[in-house]
Amino acid sequence: LASVSLITALAVHCVVLLTMTVFSGYFSHSTDFEVHRNWLAITHSLPVSKWYHENTSEWTLDYPPLFAWFEYSLSHVAQHFDKEMLVVQNLIYTSPATILFQRLSVIVTDIVFIYAVKECCRSVREEKGSKDLLGHPFFILAALLLWNFGLLIVDHIHFQYNGFLFGILLLSVARHLQGRHLEGALLFTVLLNLKHIYLYIAPAYGIFLLRSYCFTKDNTDGSVRWSSFSPVRLVALGSIVISVGALSFGPFIAMGQLPQVLSRLFPFKRGLCHAYWAPNVWALYNMVDKALSVLGVRLKLLDVAKLPKASMTGGLVQEFQHSILPSVSPSITLICTLLSIMPAVLSIWCRPRGARGFLRCLVICALGSFMFGWHVHEKAILMAILPFSILAVESREDAGIFLMLTTTGHYSLFPLLFTAAELPIKVLLMLLFTLYSFTSLKKLFRGSLLNPLETTYLLGLVAVEILCEVVYPLSPWQHTLPFVPLLVTSVYCSLGVSYSFIRLYVSLLRQHGTDKHKQL
Amino acid sequence: MENWSLVSICVLFGLTARWAVSLNSYSGAGKPPMFGDYEAQRHWQEVTYNLPVHEWYFNTTDNNLNYWGLDYPPLTAYHSLLCAHVAKLINPDWVELHASRGHESYGHKLFMRATVLVADLLIYIPAVVLYSFYLSEGSNKKKVCTVLCILLYPGLILIDYGHFQYNSISLGLALWGVVVLGLGWDVLGSLAFVLSLNYKQMELYHSLPFFCYLLGKCFKQGLAGRGLFLLVKIAVTVLVTFALCWLPFLSDPGQILQVVHRLFPVGRGLFEDKVANTWCSLNVLIKIKTILSTDTQLYFSLTTTLLAILPSSIKLLMKPTLWQFKLALVNSSLAFFLFSFQVHEKSILLPALPVCLLLNDLPLPAIWFLQASTFSMLPLFLKDGLLVPYVVTSLAFLFFSIYLLSAFEHCSEDKLRLGPYRRLLICMPRMDLGRVTKWKFYFSITAMAGLSFMSVSLAPPDQLPDLFPLLVSVFSYLHFLGLLLYFNIVQIAEPPQSVRKNQKKSN
Repeated sequence: LASVSLITALAVHCVVLLTMTVFSGYFSHSTDFEVHRNWLAITHSLPVSKWYHENTSEWTLDYPPLFAWFEYSLSHVAQHFDKEMLVVQNLIYTSPATILFQRLSVIVTDIVFIYAVKECCRSVREEKGSKDLLGHPFFILAALLLWNFGLLIVDHIHFQYNGFLFGILLLSVARHLQGRHLEGALLFTVLLNLKHIYLYIAPAYGIFLLRSYCFTKDNTDGSVRWSSFSPVRLVALGSIVISVGALSFGPFIAMGQLPQVLSRLFPFKRGLCHAYWAPNVWALYNMVDKALSVLGVRLKLLDVAKLPKASMTGGLVQEFQHSILPSVSPSITLICTLLSIMPAVLSIWCRPRGARGFLRCLVICALGSFMFGWHVHEKAILMAILPFSILAVESREDAGIFLMLTTTGHYSLFPLLFTAAELPIKVLLMLLFTLYSFTSLKKLFRGSLLNPLETTYLLGLVAVEILCEVVYPLSPWQHTLPFVPLLVTSVYCSLGVSYSFIRLYVSLLRQHGTDKHKQL
Repeated sequence: MENWSLVSICVLFGLTARWAVSLNSYSGAGKPPMFGDYEAQRHWQEVTYNLPVHEWYFNTTDNNLNYWGLDYPPLTAYHSLLCAHVAKLINPDWVELHASRGHESYGHKLFMRATVLVADLLIYIPAVVLYSFYLSEGSNKKKVCTVLCILLYPGLILIDYGHFQYNSISLGLALWGVVVLGLGWDVLGSLAFVLSLNYKQMELYHSLPFFCYLLGKCFKQGLAGRGLFLLVKIAVTVLVTFALCWLPFLSDPGQILQVVHRLFPVGRGLFEDKVANTWCSLNVLIKIKTILSTDTQLYFSLTTTLLAILPSSIKLLMKPTLWQFKLALVNSSLAFFLFSFQVHEKSILLPALPVCLLLNDLPLPAIWFLQASTFSMLPLFLKDGLLVPYVVTSLAFLFFSIYLLSAFEHCSEDKLRLGPYRRLLICMPRMDLGRVTKWKFYFSITAMAGLSFMSVSLAPPDQLPDLFPLLVSVFSYLHFLGLLLYFNIVQIAEPPQSVRKNQKKSN
């Protein structure tokens, strides 16, 4: 496995060096850049008790306490670069030293991700020994993870610390694959206290650990043997969860600030969809609503004056008002999400298929919450794509779904980078990753992985890209209806993501069926 | 994985690196009144678009030659005209006569960068891929690695996409010449080279090897029979191509003289700024520029240049093989760079191109040379604000080339062809020359890193404001001189074994 580390290092070098160049040139600042600078300032210059009360900037601290401590520790390095960035009042402060520090901090914390990828590669099943290095599943996995287009642009061009966070997630998954469940549970608890969006996949963790770790034996038909329950294991798990939670939230509970912290973490005041609709069910729902209202106006069934204004003028406002279909409340999205992941969770309870079954369930949870969640960001698709890479190099069917999901999901990230100078970069990087994933997986499984319809759909993405970013800006509608490209992108992509979600479910249920069949 | 996908991945990677560099600053950004090479190229678009052909190279009321007057051959002018037509379509302000002087905007920068990328994609990159696949040896994987390493050469990327020039066109056409000659189509090869010469007169550095290679080939076929026919074919091709390129200027001898005068500005002196060549380095010890008159300097430099290129040219004439040809290209252009008149620091790209072609055969010396050549342009990069891209692309190039071409495993005495040194220096103590070379390489890379760091972070002493640029150029000069000797010895001593093997096979 020496070659693994070598190749891993190689891939990393490419990524890191390339991205470094990208940033040196243009210092474009996304909102997330300012968000994290503000958090550095808050954690550095204010006492802990003020962290979740501070609101000078509109980008208030809305990650769990461990992440705040992470920013706190970063700020101690930051002060050697430029002290001014640590002043809360310095809004949108972007000195070169600040940029350098922020960018470097992402690159350096990526080490966690690199280590996690190495551990994941170790846990991949190898089929035959003597193939050339480029054809090995572990190599393909390393490249798919390290070169992941989405992670690259979200972290290193847009600006976030996902590499660090996904590193912990993948490490935890790798530990489960290796049978080191307590470590895996500890890592996941830490992760939850760094960023609470991972709550979406907590059901998979909870049920898996309860079923496959706390119950030590199965009946012969695979169902749970209640007598094998191990209270010691449950206590061990519980103490891990509680101690990490106490470490993180304890001080705030002691200060009586828990409600304040929670209100920051779960802001339900935002709308159903983000400014740019993430490609999920609600994008389709909005689209249907819009189409119906336009149709209604045309057929004189509806009165234009009575329609909510936003629905006719834009669509890029935070609050999208439905004109025909019923409005969706947060609780409905919650119920939909729970319903969508229920079968997967039940499946690993009834017929646990080891850590790989758990991984599949985790991906479904991530994707289900992406499809039905409240105010989902397009970036959340990475939560499904990255863990799914591990399954993709092990089974032919998963590889096909993976190609569909990643290509559409990655394309849906394009609106994150919207300037003309960034266009070639995002297209080239996307082509690089997509070309690699297609040819390597095709070679690995010897044959085509997609049917003609799927291929046509993916080729359609090229047409959408040309239409939205080349043709449309030149047309006269650019000024009257500027939101159309985003709308088309998110609706087109949501078709592909929904399709992948359904296929993923079918594969899960089919496995369930064959398991039952075997027992009969 | 199939070759085509690996190659596409390499090309995409090269393109990404190029575009990433191009997001950086360019020469003379925001520095009126003269700006830099970027403005020169834009100005040529303005001039060629708005003025009739016969005014392009003349000083008129509309064409002030002192402000970035056109001083490249006609193909460059036609290329500017083509770009200007596209620019006019997008935004007429960019090429408006007089009014557009010093125009700088976000959109214009994107347009200019895109023209470089398009030219690169159409000319240089295909030539690199063809060369690696048809003319270099080894497994397919090795060929792919060669493609990647050549495409990642930092010097060319930084000058074309950072500083701003179109070297990928002239160098790409010359490379097409090499590729096509290597495949055995002599006429097409000479056509490609003449085009490259008509794009940038600096390609003269490469002209002697092309000439000797073709002439040698004619000799080999017998000057009485087929050889003569070939010679006539090539001569006609060259003349016709030249005539076609210069067609608009042929009507009037005054035009031709003026263009030639613009192309070779003898009055500008032996060297400008700090160049890593003999004259600039010698100037530290003896002030040649003041001691000798301009004419003497000219003859002096001409003689030394001719002396320096003679051995390799004669050898090539006697033995016109591809291997000799590649080495002769290196030796000739490097000799020109070191000894000829009016050399710019950017001219190091001319020897760098044939050295790229040696990456597969002599990895360590080639990498060493390419890195030194990038380093020699450091003062220029610092002036243009390209420090970070310089550091990043250099590190990436060193890492990839050393790792992918396994440079350190190919540095035994045999592989580096260091045998002749033993014969030349009999009294030399017994030691492993390969290892010595490796250590010298480490030392030199460390020194380059150190000097780069010092240039950036330390202020020079008051009485020596040019200390660091001078150190950089003298240090690079020592590398170039050493490698010139080395490549000459490799060329003259013996053909590589692999070539001999191939010849046996073909027999």
